[in-house]
Amino acid sequence: MSGQNSVLINGRVIDPLSGIDEICEIHIRDGRIAAGPSSGEEVIDLAGKWVVPGLIDMHVHLREPGEEYKETIASGCRAAAAGGFTAVACMPNTHPVNDNATTTRFIVSRAEGCAARVWPIGAISTGLAGEKLAEMGEMKREGAVAVSDDGRPVVNSQLMRRAMEYAASHALPVISHSEDLALSRGGCMNEGALSTRMGLQGIPAAAEAVMVEREILLAELTGARVHIAHVSTCQSVELIRLAKEQGLTVTGESAPHYFTLTEDAVQGYNTNAKMSPPLRSKADREAIIAALAEGVLDVIATDHAPHSILEKENEFASAANGITGLETSLPLTLRLVRSGALSVKRMVELMSCNPAQILGVPGGSLAVGEVADITVIDPDVQWTFRAAESLSKGKNSPFDGMEMEGRAVMTFLAGECVSSGSIE
Amino acid sequence: MNAGKEETLKQKSYSFSHHSIFGIEQLSAEDIRHILATAASFREIAARPVKKVPTLRGKTVINLFFEASTRTRTSFEIAAKRMSADTFNINASTSSTTKGETLIDTTRNLQAMAPDIIIVRHSAAGVPELLGRHVDASIVNAGDGAHEHPSQALLDMMTVMEHKGHIDGLKIAIIGDISHSRVALSDFIGFTRMGAKISVAGPQTYLPLGVEQFGVEVCSSVADAVKDADVVITLRIQLERQNDSLIPSLREYSRFYGINREILKGAKDDVIVMHPGPVNRGVELNPDVADGGRSVILDQVANGVAVRMALLYLVHGGERKEKVQGEKP
Repeated sequence: MSGQNSVLINGRVIDPLSGIDEICEIHIRDGRIAAGPSSGEEVIDLAGKWVVPGLIDMHVHLREPGEEYKETIASGCRAAAAGGFTAVACMPNTHPVNDNATTTRFIVSRAEGCAARVWPIGAISTGLAGEKLAEMGEMKREGAVAVSDDGRPVVNSQLMRRAMEYAASHALPVISHSEDLALSRGGCMNEGALSTRMGLQGIPAAAEAVMVEREILLAELTGARVHIAHVSTCQSVELIRLAKEQGLTVTGESAPHYFTLTEDAVQGYNTNAKMSPPLRSKADREAIIAALAEGVLDVIATDHAPHSILEKENEFASAANGITGLETSLPLTLRLVRSGALSVKRMVELMSCNPAQILGVPGGSLAVGEVADITVIDPDVQWTFRAAESLSKGKNSPFDGMEMEGRAVMTFLAGECVSSGSIE
Repeated sequence: MNAGKEETLKQKSYSFSHHSIFGIEQLSAEDIRHILATAASFREIAARPVKKVPTLRGKTVINLFFEASTRTRTSFEIAAKRMSADTFNINASTSSTTKGETLIDTTRNLQAMAPDIIIVRHSAAGVPELLGRHVDASIVNAGDGAHEHPSQALLDMMTVMEHKGHIDGLKIAIIGDISHSRVALSDFIGFTRMGAKISVAGPQTYLPLGVEQFGVEVCSSVADAVKDADVVITLRIQLERQNDSLIPSLREYSRFYGINREILKGAKDDVIVMHPGPVNRGVELNPDVADGGRSVILDQVANGVAVRMALLYLVHGGERKEKVQGEKP
């Protein structure tokens, strides 16, 4: 069932959970990390490379079932492996919505044999309609690891309260897409001087923070585990900081585009820089970088949202939200490491250890006996990201043509090399 | 003498270099002066018994309007016809093109028919640029969402020039719904680029974030904004936005922000009053002002045709093309 037994030598192994950051060997036997050599090991020399627990992207949209022209579970997993991810958690806004055990089972079955592990996230409410709780217990039994109505907020506060209570009974974290729809209505970019100049209706930063605060108050009320998706503003960061100081089980994520770009990227009505929440100001961007470093935010997740040109080559106001992210996430995060904003160890926590821990899934560790999900990173390789060459079906990336430094060069899934980038 | 010579040389070396007009933003003060001068030279055509010149003969001009418009569309159509272009009106409703690819498809189909100029109006900001990426024809923006309405700002500037002789140093008050007004945005950019000072007033629900970036002064009352103004521009209240709770009622709006004879007493004696039309009489503009001696609204309409003639003439490359042909045997 598993690949070749092998030993990774000469690589710099960074395994935050065991406190290791040194050049050492990693033995792989029968798909797991082994304590010592086994006969017939293949020797893989990784001099100059980093060896880290397989990266986990806890926020992607794989579009299957229903929108296979945008992405399939298989194509999304290929893009994940190429980007260094050994596991992804997929949001339930498919067609049909993943709000029932049958759809969860379908996703799990379609993921078999793919290049990455797929952890389904079930819906909070049936049809994402925000009216009635979805059957979370049954979805969990089929493999769901969290619940979310991502793409839409749960408008009804009472339903969100019940969702948190019920999810807690099934030990499922609740992932919140925090957006006050009345405040964001009609908006398509960050509200500010630029939206005024471009004649586009803005979404105030408060539209996010208002809802983040509601989720925090409900987390306090219910004791549930709440994870705030795609944090984009400094106000949200401050609210999460306070919640953590209070000792609440609130975690948060942000995406590479929020710490790499600002609203300036939408100039020229670039729909590949349109997403929800929108790109914000420079101050927000800096606050997010600091929050990732300081531990206020726990996770870097991409919100990988492939679309075709049908949704994107469009009037800006009516173009679809979302950009792809699986193949650009690691190189963009490496920029923060190079600038000194993040340590290598912190990067691994944000991209592997913490998502594994929040979702309660295997991985995030290179300890003996763990699954051999391993990402090998060449931190120095120079390359250019070309959206057209992406393994994702979605080519909607604002990073098309960007010069990158560093990337995943090998991705091991249960000991088997599922992606080896060009190691030249 | 030398300076004068240099000036002449400089003027001679100027050439209008815009293939499309997406907004005032792209125009330099020199471009604006050139457009206004060209428009002024076209103005007298309207006074001729035969109101037609052959300048754009054989050129195809398409009026592509995704949003209802009578005066702007008619004004562009008259402008094109006075220059002997063949004009076609397409009134596409946005509801039938809810998906973007339909918009692109429509435009590509038009492109296949090889028009020279497409005049476009759309309720979404940025559509002219979007179309410009897909067609070879020159695009002239006739209003895109709350973004820009360049021909309106140009006709506003032309009207002010006509009445004041210059724009530089004037105080211009712009009153009303700035947030949803492409006219305001284009006027801000155009008038400040030409050296005017702009003051604005309106309820805060009508003032967008970051309006100061245009170098305009935000006043707390209409009286402050209008004080010593040379020009007062009132903006149309969009009645269809009534449900958005931006103002409590038209009655209250008119009381606090409507322009009437009384409030104009604070302005300069020779103040002129402009409005992009159509006027909601008794709301943003009292009939005593709209039809009074200070109103130059009908001059704006007349100048609109001249400005649009100038834009069509300049973007179709009349000047440049002749030059290129002259250079290449």
